Amino acid sequence: MEEKITTRRKVLIGMTSAVGAVGASFAVVPFVASWNPSAKAKAVGGPVKVDVSKMQVGQKIQVSWRKQPVFVIRHSKEALESLSKVESKLDDPSSLKIEEPYRDINPTRSTSNEYTVIAGVCTHLGCAPKYYPEMESQPWDESWVGGFFCPCHGSMFDIVGRVFKGVPAPTNLKVPPHYFDGSILTIGEERGTA
Amino acid sequence: MTQKSSGFFNWINARLPIVNTYERHLSKHPVPKKVNFWYMFGALASIVLIIQIVSGIWLMFGYENTEEGAFASIEYIMRDIEYGWIIRYMHTTGASMFFAVVYLHMFRGLLYGSYHKPRELVWVFGMTIYLVMMAEGFLGYVLPYGQMSYWGAQVIISLFGAIPYIGESLEIWVRGDYYISGATISRFFALHVVALPLILIALVFMHLVALHEVGAGNPEGVDIEKHLDEDGVPLDSVPFFPYKVLNALVAIGIFGIVFSIIMFFFPEGGGYMLELANFEEANPLSTPEHIAPVWYYSPYYAMLRAVPDKLGGLVVMGAAIAILFVVPWLDRSKAASIRYKGILSKIAMTIFIISWLMLAWLGTVPVTALRTTLSIIGTVIYFAFFLLMPIYTSIEKTKPVPERL
Repeated sequence: MEEKITTRRKVLIGMTSAVGAVGASFAVVPFVASWNPSAKAKAVGGPVKVDVSKMQVGQKIQVSWRKQPVFVIRHSKEALESLSKVESKLDDPSSLKIEEPYRDINPTRSTSNEYTVIAGVCTHLGCAPKYYPEMESQPWDESWVGGFFCPCHGSMFDIVGRVFKGVPAPTNLKVPPHYFDGSILTIGEERGTA
Repeated sequence: MTQKSSGFFNWINARLPIVNTYERHLSKHPVPKKVNFWYMFGALASIVLIIQIVSGIWLMFGYENTEEGAFASIEYIMRDIEYGWIIRYMHTTGASMFFAVVYLHMFRGLLYGSYHKPRELVWVFGMTIYLVMMAEGFLGYVLPYGQMSYWGAQVIISLFGAIPYIGESLEIWVRGDYYISGATISRFFALHVVALPLILIALVFMHLVALHEVGAGNPEGVDIEKHLDEDGVPLDSVPFFPYKVLNALVAIGIFGIVFSIIMFFFPEGGGYMLELANFEEANPLSTPEHIAPVWYYSPYYAMLRAVPDKLGGLVVMGAAIAILFVVPWLDRSKAASIRYKGILSKIAMTIFIISWLMLAWLGTVPVTALRTTLSIIGTVIYFAFFLLMPIYTSIEKTKPVPERL
């Protein structure tokens, strides 16, 4: 009899604690969720439009999307043809390690066959890589073939943002969702999703 | 009068044990009769904690925790508020001095084996304080929203991105935005001025309660509890007041001079305490040429950079801090103090100090191939010092520890 009561007490305590724990974990939800981007932050982070028709061949411009730099580069035909030559130096030439939105459509990695659109945020620790298009010897690489160099920790990327082997950055620069409407480039959403 | 006031105190004491507590923890608390200057840094750390709390509250009167207003409000404090500059420099100098005295305090612990039985928990609480201080310092550095605030935070928050699967969403969650924005600043502000200081004060309280339970150590590593007088007070001890208090006052005086010289004449600390890039407002579109942490994080930043893999770097940096927590169980030596330890411990300690200082320097300079190699060597030595400790402390021959202090 005594033993039965003890067992019953244990079961009841266990059940009460379990219900309490479930309640407590629900109570945590608002505290955790309030740290997510607010509706306001999400609205400000909406898509941006830019006219790219005035860009020179070989030029890079910087667009601010969600207050992060996005690089748009207009490539020459020769530059795009030479892309396959650097592949031996690249860690992931076909962007298999990341979610590549426009895989195998254009060598530019974008939806255009002339412009590259990449996030200017180093995949190592978030610095903005700098653009050095000239094929000439650089302090960090004597046989530099043109591309992006991150001043923070020395990561290197080619002219379409694919990462070199043996640098701290783990993956290629990301391609943000975008689409071209004639010469108007929209960054931050896919065509027809808005 | 005396009669009356003691009656008053007795009345209070019967309801709130202030007299008992005062006697137990301050006036009559027994401390070892022979200690050296290394035993002053704990007291100094508590002084800096008070300086930080007071100057921090005063900074809050002028600071604005918004993306648009943060940087301008620091300029406002520096230029428009009367004596605002001294309040701010007191706080920034205090941050560096806090780490300086805590590093010396921790080194004292390593040197004289302050973590030896029965002071393991004192050490663990102390390490937790150090961990919270690092978070507190980082959060505070972001608040002015200068270039180095922004990009330093960008690098540190990007570390979360190294965690597999959840990393990227975790980054956005921590920032509360797609970049380090007003949302990030206001939550960092709340954590910096309320949440972490509360935790810090609670931990300091636990650190002291645990210390007073087991009693302070000494440079000889002698257990003074073995020889007690008829009242149960250790024979080799003196009461905290006046002996320890007067000692501490001298140390505090010297410390005040050093503190003032830095605060008045070198508040930027040559760019190691306040980085020059931080005198420019944050620009999310332009990274400064060279990102370096303030000096007190630099050894760990050097370790992060030494590893050519993003996740690996994060793991190494975390492990470097985590390993300090288990030092009480790594040291198997019969002697607590380095004075009675064997030659192996002395060699290990010397190499460790050199490599730690080297890492501290490497973390502040731009990377080159040679410096990366040095960082790797420094990192290996750092871990070897701790991981091999169970071996070299148990095989070496120690000198006999004296019975009395």
